[in-house]
Amino acid sequence: MKELSIREALNEALAEEMARDDRVFLMGEEVGYYDGAYKVSRGLLEKFGERRVIDTPISENGFAGIGVGAAMVGLRPIIEFMTFNFSLIGIDQVINHAAKIRYMSGGQFTLPMVFRGPGGSVSQLAAQHSHALESFYAHCPGVLVVMPGTAADAKGLLKSAIRNDNPVVFIESEAMYSVRGEVPDGEYLTEIGKADIKRKGKDLTFICWSKSVPICLKVAGLLAEEGIDAEVLDIMTLRPLDFAAIEQSIKKTNRALIVQEAWPVASFGSYVAAQIGQELFDYLDAPVITISGRDCPYPYAKNLENSMRPSIEHIIAQAKRLL
Amino acid sequence: MSTKTKQKTYEEKWLLDLYRKMLLMRRFEEEAARAYTERKIGGFLHLYIGQEAVGLGVISALEDKDYVVAAYRDHGHFLARGGSAKAAMAELYGKETGCSKGRGGSMHFFDAEKHFLGGYGIVGAHAPIAAGAAFAAKYRGENFVTVCFLGEGSVSIGPFHEGLCLAALWKLPVIFIVENNQYSMGTPIHRSLVTPNAAVRADGYPMKGLTVESDNVIECHEIMKDIISDVRKNPAPVLVEFKTYRYRGHSMADPAKYRSKEEVENRKQTDPLILLKADILKLYKSAESKLVLIHEEIEKEVAESVAFAENSAEPNLSTVEDNTYV
Repeated sequence: MKELSIREALNEALAEEMARDDRVFLMGEEVGYYDGAYKVSRGLLEKFGERRVIDTPISENGFAGIGVGAAMVGLRPIIEFMTFNFSLIGIDQVINHAAKIRYMSGGQFTLPMVFRGPGGSVSQLAAQHSHALESFYAHCPGVLVVMPGTAADAKGLLKSAIRNDNPVVFIESEAMYSVRGEVPDGEYLTEIGKADIKRKGKDLTFICWSKSVPICLKVAGLLAEEGIDAEVLDIMTLRPLDFAAIEQSIKKTNRALIVQEAWPVASFGSYVAAQIGQELFDYLDAPVITISGRDCPYPYAKNLENSMRPSIEHIIAQAKRLL
Repeated sequence: MSTKTKQKTYEEKWLLDLYRKMLLMRRFEEEAARAYTERKIGGFLHLYIGQEAVGLGVISALEDKDYVVAAYRDHGHFLARGGSAKAAMAELYGKETGCSKGRGGSMHFFDAEKHFLGGYGIVGAHAPIAAGAAFAAKYRGENFVTVCFLGEGSVSIGPFHEGLCLAALWKLPVIFIVENNQYSMGTPIHRSLVTPNAAVRADGYPMKGLTVESDNVIECHEIMKDIISDVRKNPAPVLVEFKTYRYRGHSMADPAKYRSKEEVENRKQTDPLILLKADILKLYKSAESKLVLIHEEIEKEVAESVAFAENSAEPNLSTVEDNTYV
């Protein structure tokens, strides 16, 4: 084991997979000479050269489409969106093309590629740079959607995403790049499509991903001081969702609380809540609660921005409602 | 024929093969239109009739290792590339034996074996995809080229420009073929572009751009042969605009009231099929009877494609989710 930041863990995953397979290349804005806008690709240009670490002009649709075409003829592109906010410019290539070509060609073409980059709010970046867009992507069949919340998972899941033969939307938490965690030495892969219990408990289940994982762990620690034993289930992959893991946990705790950064309406959290209500009604001792971001664009002012995300106090209060 | 093509001699067999393919493209779609009116084909059906000299002229100048990317008006390109008429008709009928297993339909023909990377329905968005296939050639040090067919209606949308921009920046071996059939759906070119020539779009990146005015498939072929050979030797994108004309509406749903009957009839004077036939007979007076035989062969091939489509099974309902993922 060694301690790495999530940024370093992602960097290791990229470097290892690029060394392993010449078909893998990294393309995006500032990924090369600038070492990455968030330094995730630091040192990769030096290691792999301009052929495989490719700076692009600002043209998300263009370079996402280059990735789609290159994948169709046998390469394994990693397309970096500087942030997922800008993926909205290229989303047509992800949803209308990458997610559809295998299906509408009757299985003749596969697209082994990763669209990755940071998402979510950070600190006072205002409305256009603070989106949590996972619900957009998770809505669409044809892509996998992966969102790690720890350094180890970031490394293991990114390596698996690069080796996966499907298009993978891999959303990193912009706010968490410097968060450190233990990462196993040597080859380390994490299976896509499997949830992970980050804390065992019996009284209620927190269902979370990405940025809400450390928040839920913190809340669980505080609840433990009051004698409440919460389980924290990190789903890690939104599509395909490991509903079996959710089922197993709820059959034990009979209470579920979903915590997400995204907006509440038609969101991934509301989908999970609906599935639990539909499939596990008989096992529930309380209504399923979904805690989301506030339902408005992100403000700039610090105090307003801080009020957007679910607070520890709010989550604790909601958890206690269930008991 | 142009001076250049007149000076060359063409083998009779090559010319007859060209004629066979063009006639197949034409007759296939006429039958598809008939089946559509009988409601045997659903969705949109965009016909290529009238434009065949472009698709066939370009594709006949390619090698097997090259790649083709098409827009939604893709039947002609698919057949020109050697795609099976049976598989194409079965696709239109939504059958499991279709070239996309009945999952794509008219706008999304695919054929991996023929390096036909598909027909696409989001205007202009396949320009970057074609550039991506060309990127793979450069990345792997291979010398295949990729051609991308677009309509002139695509030259004002962002992804078209982003595709051209990246292709020029990285010197990718991709040729953008802009088929200027004068109408972007119902909008004539003078209402969507400030110049009559879409090739002007090449200037800003820059890349080589030219406009070809010809309904003669041999001329189109000759022009493209030189360009493809150049691009193969010195990779860099080229934009070739072909002034062409579609005889039918934008799709089967379009009665084309935005243009006069006279205009359409006038353009039919240079029907590519008639021009090719005249060229063949000029060079090979004895070919007349061979052309008659070709017509018989193609009638048979098209009829067989319809019978094949009619008799093929629909996709099994249990397979509806297949190929969403690997």
